[in-house]
Amino acid sequence: MKTRIAIRWAAALAGLIALPAVLSSYQLGLLTKMLIFGIFAMSLDLLLGYAGLPSLGHAAYFGVAAYTVGLLSLRVANNFWLDFPAGLAMAAGVSALFGLFALRARGSYFLMITLALGQVLWGIAFGWRSLTGGDDGLPSVPRPRLPLPWALTDGGPFYYFVLAFFAVSILALSVIVRSPFGRALVGIRESERRMEVLGYDVWRYKYVAFILAGLFAGVAGNLFVYFNGFVSPSYLNIVFSAAALLMVILGGAGTLVGPALGAAVIVFLENLISAYMERWVLVLGVIYVLVTLFAPSGLVGLVRQRLGSHPA
Amino acid sequence: MMALQIERLSHSFGGLQALSDVNLAVAPGERLAIIGPNGAGKTTLFNIVTGIFRPSAGRIRLLGQDVTRLPPHRRAQLGLARTFQITTLFPRLTVLDSVLLAVQGLDPARFTLHRPREAYGHLRERAESLLTEWGLADRCHAVTGRLSYGEQRQVELILALAGAPKVLLLDEPTAGLSPAETASVAEMIRRFSRDTTILLIEHDMDIALELVDRVTVLFQGRVLAEGTKDKIRSDPEVAAIYLGTDDDA
Repeated sequence: MKTRIAIRWAAALAGLIALPAVLSSYQLGLLTKMLIFGIFAMSLDLLLGYAGLPSLGHAAYFGVAAYTVGLLSLRVANNFWLDFPAGLAMAAGVSALFGLFALRARGSYFLMITLALGQVLWGIAFGWRSLTGGDDGLPSVPRPRLPLPWALTDGGPFYYFVLAFFAVSILALSVIVRSPFGRALVGIRESERRMEVLGYDVWRYKYVAFILAGLFAGVAGNLFVYFNGFVSPSYLNIVFSAAALLMVILGGAGTLVGPALGAAVIVFLENLISAYMERWVLVLGVIYVLVTLFAPSGLVGLVRQRLGSHPA
Repeated sequence: MMALQIERLSHSFGGLQALSDVNLAVAPGERLAIIGPNGAGKTTLFNIVTGIFRPSAGRIRLLGQDVTRLPPHRRAQLGLARTFQITTLFPRLTVLDSVLLAVQGLDPARFTLHRPREAYGHLRERAESLLTEWGLADRCHAVTGRLSYGEQRQVELILALAGAPKVLLLDEPTAGLSPAETASVAEMIRRFSRDTTILLIEHDMDIALELVDRVTVLFQGRVLAEGTKDKIRSDPEVAAIYLGTDDDA
């Protein structure tokens, strides 16, 4: 059983390593974007799927990291070892601050508070023109220069750069969700009251999960600003947060592979559909309704149903 | 030192006085039943003792330590456990997973996040030995929500026992069970370690009196009577408000 899982992981990784050989540079860019949003969706899944906390403001941490890296590399120095950790620190710091407010609420109130907090950041990015460039955003953010034989300005090396972060993120998150801490999050999702009387400091678990989710969202935000060379207030927008929620739900909340798959599907569809029509958000809404009606446990749930295996 | 000591405890919900001036002392290893009609304040008392509600007035000592202002998880770590009247199990987790959570709750490993839980073999050993001891080993991979009501009650009791509590509060453990299930749950409680102090809320008087050493009667938020089983059985006031009007069976 264990070796079968290890083989499956190795095969998936080998596939992702080999893919650039057969893809056009445009397709490779799309795959890079899928991996970045895969990290973003998995980070949200830690909250939604494991701890049962439906955040509708997860773009906040993604966007804060992206703005931090954008500003530092444009205005201070294009130094990966400074900019990247700073982006992560800001994402974790803001989630540590927001968590203090958001975790006072539960259920749909939690959803509304996270939404409101996210919109505050969006408002700041939009209004503080001298710092953030307002609506225009920050153009021409450079990609990092690393002591590697390949330049990250090329699509191929940049893809492998992102793939390395994706692999580390999915590995780290899969250890976390299997750890005593991660199992306790699932217990909290199922019954908070029960966990309290079993000796768990429920608030502390939720708070740490909230910060970890913000941190991994920051990894995705950092990578995305390098990928696009651009950051704008739309990174902090509710549409971004909602799209991330949809990736998690579409793929299957409470599994890490599911949200990564969901991210790939949404990125692919967005790319396909925006070429033909402007109402992308409408399509997102339709997908959401269809998933809730026909595949409430997501793509992974559908596959498991086919194979007749039980949920974790 | 008393296992549990409740001093002048009062609690009100808005204008409703749920408990007034309740005093209660339970010695280590003692088994006490708390009886009384619906609305007497029995479950409210348990919620205050476990820290889910904070009392309006009064003091609670657990094993000599004042816990009145401690949150529920700190009281659990001191050796307090409880079951719930309304089942609040982990419906989508397997029985083994649920018991593992209970075992892990008082283990120093409960907050580690850099190693998978399988790395902590002693947690699984403890969970499996609990399930074997209480006869649910063959159900360990069943999803808790799909068990029969009686089996869910057994899981409930095992979760409470997992941390080897010093003081255990049982809130109507046989409510809603068939006579056969009631008998097996009662048998389970009888087998609990005599080192564990037990407070039992029970509607079924026969079961309650059979399982405990002493009885406290709550009525409208006050202690109406307390004493040995025989004393309570022959107390005319108790008979009038509780035994005589016992029509909820």
